[in-house]
Amino acid sequence: MDQTKGKQSIEFQEGVHILSGASIVGKKEGEGPLGSCFDLIGEDPMFGCQTWEDAESTLQKETAQLAIGKAKLEKWQIRTIFAGDLLAQSIASSFGIMDLEIPVYGLYGACSTMGEALSLGAMAVSGGFGEYVLSITSSHFGSAEKEFRFPLEYGNQRPLSATWTVTGSGACVLGKKGGKARITGLTTGKIIDYGLKDSLNMGACMAPAACDTIYQNLMDFNRSPGDYDRIITGDLGEVGQRILFDLMAEKGFDIKKQHMDCGIEIFDNAAQDTHAGGSGCGCSAATFASYILPKLEKGEWKRILFVPTGALLSKVSFNEGQSVPGIAQAVVVEHC
Amino acid sequence: MVDIAKEKKQKEYEKYVKKVTPTHSLPLNMAKAFLIGGIICTLGQGILNFAQSRGLDQETAGAWCSLILVLLSVLLTGLNVYGKIVKFGGAGALVPITGFANSVAAPAIEYQKEGQVFGIGCKIFTIAGPVILYGIFTSWILGLAYWILKTAGIA
Repeated sequence: MDQTKGKQSIEFQEGVHILSGASIVGKKEGEGPLGSCFDLIGEDPMFGCQTWEDAESTLQKETAQLAIGKAKLEKWQIRTIFAGDLLAQSIASSFGIMDLEIPVYGLYGACSTMGEALSLGAMAVSGGFGEYVLSITSSHFGSAEKEFRFPLEYGNQRPLSATWTVTGSGACVLGKKGGKARITGLTTGKIIDYGLKDSLNMGACMAPAACDTIYQNLMDFNRSPGDYDRIITGDLGEVGQRILFDLMAEKGFDIKKQHMDCGIEIFDNAAQDTHAGGSGCGCSAATFASYILPKLEKGEWKRILFVPTGALLSKVSFNEGQSVPGIAQAVVVEHC
Repeated sequence: MVDIAKEKKQKEYEKYVKKVTPTHSLPLNMAKAFLIGGIICTLGQGILNFAQSRGLDQETAGAWCSLILVLLSVLLTGLNVYGKIVKFGGAGALVPITGFANSVAAPAIEYQKEGQVFGIGCKIFTIAGPVILYGIFTSWILGLAYWILKTAGIA
């Protein structure tokens, strides 16, 4: 049966249920506005490990176990894991979920990875390729700074457009039935490049991709922004949000009333000195699992569009003068 | 033709992004840099004066001054304080020798986990390396120019 919809979207005949969501974050995130929503807050940025990378792996493993537990399942019941992170060759995921001994697909979509993981997980369940699957991503401030920028102790001034990588992990268990929220549709994002080269203004690099995916979603499903209670982007931050509004307005849509950005929600930018907002795979994942999902489960929101956004760059591509293209993956989630 | 249109669109977007992106206040940042840079230099002058008052000649006193400033900077880097000073003072804290020490100590701490050779050994100069390389290269050029001028009897 054909479940494709429009040009880039999928509409599931039967929604894929989200059985549980779990998140673990670092201390700074715990002190933020969403602090009381997260399942666990780690006081130790090293999570009891010796290296940043190991710390992120531990974070991911614990979050996976938490999500499986919250879904009242045993780990052998999870057919496949869809996991990703920001580190080179996705080592946080590899070393994190290795011990769980569950078959896995490793993903990379920069900070949009949670959208990718939920999309592929939902497709797998819907297609009958697993009764239960787990979608999980993580990021860590320490390991991300080391991977993409400078050693932590090195002194530098971050521009106001810069975002703060979230230390955190979010996971969701998807299945055929159960839970009070379900994924009813997807819009797969294209890689969009407006030629910007400023890796410290990722909001501006990703906003065109977010705009493209949101617009395509509205077209494919023949919906207007008002059909969603919220349109929630991943980590555009304050600069990216402003640009997204302008770009959407150019296409004839006003999403100011519905729009929310995980990166803006997770930190109190003024008080926590995070500049434009939070970012990272863990930003949208943790916010989705512990803030957005409960609101859907309670029925406070009936239908939302979750659009994690990613900036596709590496140190090498940046040094070789390449631009920073963006990508955004949209997931339609409804109360049920 | 397509490429020209695309390039124009990219330029326009870049200009637009520049317009909507907030930036730090330049005069305020310069004032802060002046303050922090001034404090570091005053500290250095203090050490220099003290050393000379203890009977050291100017050159030895200068060496002690650099030594103590570098030590202080490395200690503050290890205690995660120097980064905060730079965040406030910007170039005022990066340009003096203390900033250089910070740029060497920080990678040493961060990459120590990757081993003595491939960690510290390979990566200790990732930030300071370009400064050292081009500093030496520039002095070589200047030396060459000086030699040529001298041989020609001008200098």
